[in-house]
Amino acid sequence: MTDRALAVVRAGALTTVQDRGRAGHAHLGVPRSGALDGPAAALANRLAGNPPDAALLETTLDGCSVRPRSTVTVAVTGAPCPVAVDGRPAAWGAPVRVRAGSVVDVGAARRGVRSYLAVSGGIAVDPVLGSRSTDLLSGLGPAPLTDGAVLPLGPPPVRHTHVDVAPQPAPPEELVLRVTLGPRHDWFTPAAVRTFTSRAYRVSPASNRIGLRTTGPALERATHRELPSEGMVLGAVQVPPDGTPVVFLADHPTTGGYPVIAVVRPADLPAAAQAVPGTPVRFVAVRRR
Amino acid sequence: MRVLPVGEDALLVEVASGEEAQALHAELLRRRAEGSLPAAEIVPAARTVLLDGLSDPARLAADLTARDLPPAAPRAQGTVEIPVRYDGPDLAEVAAHWGVCAREVARIHADAEFRVAFCGFAPGFGYLTGLPSRYDVPRRPTPRTAVPAGSVALAGPYTGVYPRSSPGGWQLIGTTDLVLWDHTREPAALLSPGTRVRFVPVDAAGSAP
Repeated sequence: MTDRALAVVRAGALTTVQDRGRAGHAHLGVPRSGALDGPAAALANRLAGNPPDAALLETTLDGCSVRPRSTVTVAVTGAPCPVAVDGRPAAWGAPVRVRAGSVVDVGAARRGVRSYLAVSGGIAVDPVLGSRSTDLLSGLGPAPLTDGAVLPLGPPPVRHTHVDVAPQPAPPEELVLRVTLGPRHDWFTPAAVRTFTSRAYRVSPASNRIGLRTTGPALERATHRELPSEGMVLGAVQVPPDGTPVVFLADHPTTGGYPVIAVVRPADLPAAAQAVPGTPVRFVAVRRR
Repeated sequence: MRVLPVGEDALLVEVASGEEAQALHAELLRRRAEGSLPAAEIVPAARTVLLDGLSDPARLAADLTARDLPPAAPRAQGTVEIPVRYDGPDLAEVAAHWGVCAREVARIHADAEFRVAFCGFAPGFGYLTGLPSRYDVPRRPTPRTAVPAGSVALAGPYTGVYPRSSPGGWQLIGTTDLVLWDHTREPAALLSPGTRVRFVPVDAAGSAP
């Protein structure tokens, strides 16, 4: 049991392989995908001694368990959660040495949604268009983890990490998303634009890697024309016919036919990835830099 | 032409027609290839081209509105031929919309020269234009939960070919065995924006009648 691989003991509700995604193919209808909480994923890789573009595991709410078949260094970041190795508590947010055959358990998130488990060497599934990320919209990349699956690991990194602990932002109690209005805010009534940037929304349980859905006051359209399909960016706040905003996350469709009232600053999207259903959301209009 | 800012580092360039969008897209690709337009993504769509990952969007916006774009200079490239059996379950309905018989639908469709206006919906799914506007058809009132891969379909002014099985509301007029998307192939997508396309009728056995 010394091969470079990882056996999945408990896949969890939704655990996917993620890296920095496959941007640059939107014109072919290929979403960018990639870890939703990029800074947390980068930190996990750094703690495990990996380069920042190594592939790791992204869990959803209830963690996962894996059994490395060779001795590795792991690190868990993102949503704070209990970490255990063979049932004994281990550190969250720090490098942990795991012997071949031991079981690493990433527990349920105490706060936040998505924890990241980096393993030294990185998850070495075959890349698709330059990325190992699972794209849940188009089905590119490896399938979500299943119990009993075995994932290959890359060669151990040459350089070892010298980071012991690193500060991480706490998952948000209230999600404040700075937005620049447009390109289609003029498709809404002035009152709707005021509502959007002043009233409270909440994170909907229907949120996923494609979009952060919200519940709250519906936004009234000023025009009822149909919008011809147009290109969509990461962080676009699209308003479907029910009038409640959807913030596009990494697996978002590359084109869409509902008007985009505003775009969230990229720096605020990692917090959106960690906002549990029910979290209050405020959209704050800022000037374009 | 209108240039709309999108977030901090993207622009949406809006034009009056699909033809203008295709010409604009070709010109923007040319500028990127010669190194004068640093954009991470250039995404054409029905009436727009999105430029994403720009370092100085404000300057580019001013530049785009200040200068007229040269007329369409489509790049010389080959035509993708898609062999199709005109056997779709909505063929009769499309024929009724067009006021012709089913056989005539196949003839009209196979006679047209198409171009990929843009891609979207799924990797490798192209929105093809080329039929006169009198042949526009509505989407089906209730989308199908599963449209088979290789289905050749119509909606609005567009023809599309489903690269894989997926839900869909387009009118299915035929089937192809051609693989539109294969990520192990280079290029993965047979159809990309600007590609010329012809549909070549074949009989059920797969050979030309």
